[in-house]
Amino acid sequence: MPAPEQNRLIFRHIGEPGYTADLDCYLRNGGYGVLRKAVQRKPEELVDEVKKSGLRGRGGAGFPCGVKWTLLDRKSGKPIYLVVNADESEPGTFKDRYIIHQDPHQMIEGIMITCFANKVERAYVYIRGEFPEGARILEKAIAEARASNFVGPNILGTGYGCEIYVHRGAGAYICGEETGLIESLEGKRPYPRIKPPYFPAVLGLYQCPTIVNNVETLCHVKHIADMGGDAYSKIGTPNNTGTRILCVSGHVRRPGYYEFEVGRVTMGQLLNEVCGGPLPGRTFKAVIPGGSSAKVLKFGERYKGKRKVGAEMVEYDWGVEDIPMDFDCLAMIGSMGGSGGVIVMDDSVSMVEALGNINAFYSHESCGQCTPCREGSLWMKKITARMVHGEARPEDGALLKSVADQIAGRTICAFGEACAWPTQSFIAKFGDEFKGYALAKKAARPGDVPELV
Amino acid sequence: MPTNPPMPTDMITVNIDGREVAVPRGTNVIEAAKRLGVDVPHYCYHPKLTVVGNCRMCLVEMGLPAVDPATKAPVMDPATGRQRVNWMPRPTIACATNASPGLHIRTTSPMVRDCQQGVMEFLLINHPLDCPICDQAGECKLQEQSAGYGRGYSRYIEQKNVKPKRTLLGPRVMLDDERCILCSRCIRFSKEVAKDDVLGFTDRGSYSTLTCYPGKKLENNYSLNTVDICPVGALTSTDFRFKMRVWFLRQSNSIDTESSAGANTVVWSREGEVYRITPRDNDAVNDTWMADSGRVLYREIRAPGRLDTVRVKGVESTLGFAARAAGEIFAAGRVAVVGSGRSSLEEQFLTRRLAEALGARASLVSRVGQGDGILVSADRNPNVRGALMAGLIGELPQAKLESLSAAIDSGSVAAVVSVGEDLAAAGLSEAQLGRVPVVYLGTRANPTSAAARIVIPTLTVFEKQGTLVNQQFRLQRFAKAVPGPEGAVDDLVALSSLVAAAGGPAAGADVGAVWAAIAAEVPELAGVSYATIPDSGLPIDSGRWSGLAFIEGPALHFKPSAPKEAAHA
Repeated sequence: MPAPEQNRLIFRHIGEPGYTADLDCYLRNGGYGVLRKAVQRKPEELVDEVKKSGLRGRGGAGFPCGVKWTLLDRKSGKPIYLVVNADESEPGTFKDRYIIHQDPHQMIEGIMITCFANKVERAYVYIRGEFPEGARILEKAIAEARASNFVGPNILGTGYGCEIYVHRGAGAYICGEETGLIESLEGKRPYPRIKPPYFPAVLGLYQCPTIVNNVETLCHVKHIADMGGDAYSKIGTPNNTGTRILCVSGHVRRPGYYEFEVGRVTMGQLLNEVCGGPLPGRTFKAVIPGGSSAKVLKFGERYKGKRKVGAEMVEYDWGVEDIPMDFDCLAMIGSMGGSGGVIVMDDSVSMVEALGNINAFYSHESCGQCTPCREGSLWMKKITARMVHGEARPEDGALLKSVADQIAGRTICAFGEACAWPTQSFIAKFGDEFKGYALAKKAARPGDVPELV
Repeated sequence: MPTNPPMPTDMITVNIDGREVAVPRGTNVIEAAKRLGVDVPHYCYHPKLTVVGNCRMCLVEMGLPAVDPATKAPVMDPATGRQRVNWMPRPTIACATNASPGLHIRTTSPMVRDCQQGVMEFLLINHPLDCPICDQAGECKLQEQSAGYGRGYSRYIEQKNVKPKRTLLGPRVMLDDERCILCSRCIRFSKEVAKDDVLGFTDRGSYSTLTCYPGKKLENNYSLNTVDICPVGALTSTDFRFKMRVWFLRQSNSIDTESSAGANTVVWSREGEVYRITPRDNDAVNDTWMADSGRVLYREIRAPGRLDTVRVKGVESTLGFAARAAGEIFAAGRVAVVGSGRSSLEEQFLTRRLAEALGARASLVSRVGQGDGILVSADRNPNVRGALMAGLIGELPQAKLESLSAAIDSGSVAAVVSVGEDLAAAGLSEAQLGRVPVVYLGTRANPTSAAARIVIPTLTVFEKQGTLVNQQFRLQRFAKAVPGPEGAVDDLVALSSLVAAAGGPAAGADVGAVWAAIAAEVPELAGVSYATIPDSGLPIDSGRWSGLAFIEGPALHFKPSAPKEAAHA
């Protein structure tokens, strides 16, 4: 079956010749028209539109956005904050950066609609420290929008005012975790908070109710306000509505950004047709479907079971190529859609070395607050580093798995899973490679494969 | 008499390991389990600090009563006839889980055991395991819980992290970063209790390192509490480290005598030597804290200038002879008595007896400092309220003995008995001290002991037993930790000898006997005996003294009551 066409909502203009990040260009293309209409409506209606749209968060967890907004404690009398999570740091994910660089006003419009809908008067964009250019572009765009009365006091004469502030992070992955981000925004170490009691919807930024949304999610809010929740919910597949940006990286001929309706494209269509297939002479070996913390999928393995399609249960028997790229299917087969970062590995890759690389990242980024992740992530890194650079033992695979099992589900935040899942899935699917690594290391390497350092 | 606190009305029942316990709503699972005698191991949780849940040692299995999602009706289990329990698939931390009606907890299930073993293993992989040279050995939670909840072997063959081993955080606290398990108790204590936010972590992950903020030191007067609450040997006291293994030490309950706050303490001693003083838990007084300044008071035991010989006119003597010599001075009449706010209630009671026998008015010397709003109060006499209750004084003391000074000058006082007070420091001149014979009871050599006709060396608070009444009018006992120096006389023995020499009624010379008299005479203390005073102290009705303008400001568990001027007006 041929791959469907891309449906570019967020990326509608991005990549068009002559399309720039400034306000004039955005206005020429109909920019802020949705905000103009939105502020004439009742805020509650906009929340309802988002609820009807079925929009799920694009940051990683896929939590329904409308539900998140409904959970807000609106009776506390405290101000409500919107925090935009632009701390895009999951390896393999690079969509938010591109949106900010190419079309910042789209995000700002989404922010303003979200703020209006939730009666928010302060929004903070927490942007990753490694995105200095993005921060500059955003500051400039916000200044332009403010000058044109799209941001700031008395927006478009409605009497409603909202300010957006850009806050740059200092370079820590954990700041993408929403409560860690809030702590960082408050000027503290980004130690994620314990939940309960610190749910952002109730006790978020400055102990006030807070919405934390991803950049892409907020852009979708703009399109939902534009076309209505019902129309939006018809895009994609049931419970996996709208479009999403897939960032494909690794061993394909055409890596890059692709925006598809959720669930309308399969992994095989994406990699083989859209991205041009494997590099010459290679074959696909593994793919991580949703950012490096998602569990790896092995080409050649089969996923069988029953799933609900419409009202009936349907049996499925999929290879990796057959998996629809949506939240539910990827979760069903034991991985996740995550942040949309698709990392492709072909047969030149040693899975032990790849895991070594991932473990090095997570041990470096563990905040160190709670014991299992702090100690376990570094231990796993030390094991894989020793396997790659020193003595590998046949029993190391089992030890790695056991260490990972002692982390997942026992930590304050989801980092525990993020650092344990790669190890658990690599060992589960490529266990033989780990067992035989000591011997394989002694064998000659293919000439074109660089030593991992 | 004190009344029992009212029973909390909002009690709920939770089930821990199959046993039910009623706890007040909001009690966390660690505390609820404690009521059943179930130990939920933990490191970062401390009952007096905020909950951060970072050690993950207290992971337990949690279940909630099943209800039908549509009707909210309880779902019953036909097998047991009870409401079914939905067990959560993931473990949860007991410290941050508050009791809710019908909450079910498992603390010993295979999943919980696995969590505990995992966390213990993680805590130990980068821990130096230098227990043989670690001061915490014997009171180390890491040792105890690895024995109780760990696997007992290590699977770790990699290099351990290297961190600084000897960082002086402040004048009294030494940090070994390798031993630190990053529980953040010390950080939270400094911030929340000592109100001196100087500690934090730098670096991240397993390389996280406890440190002071740049340019700051952990030198507040509560810094040693961080050593007490450190569950491992990361923070040690520069005063105590490498001095003694804790299991050799005897623990005696005592009271911090540096101020009227009256923090409860434990004195740790061996073979007559005190090695350290640590706070004793009392939720009504000092929680689990005490000031650093109170921990060094034991040094007065061995400090130079300690009196250890009874002397009459400078000549070594005996108590019996000294009492007879005092009797001769007393017989001449016109004797003044200076008591002390540092004496125990029993001593003050006998001092009053002495004053009554001599027909003298007793005075007291005040000591005033800056209160810190926590556990060092403005009144640096630990027992002014004791003196009021003993009837030794009726008014609050003055800083200087001005009326005594005038009385000596006018000749209306011809002799002075001082129970532990340096009269020179209290405003009497050298000439005045030379003019009248002085009977001095005390522990330290000073101008008064030098000028005194009769010197009777007595005991420090660590060498005797008795009671003190703190700023809350709470009667608190202190026990004898070490014997006094050879030659020193127990204060009660010395005072009862003087009472006898003055012709007063026999009052006994030990706390039991003195308490019989106290209970008979002081209405607020009727029915109380020394043996029955609880370890946590006994609140006393302070109504009789509510008109006095006590000088203490608000502090931990203490709110000063305004003197009832109106009642007198």
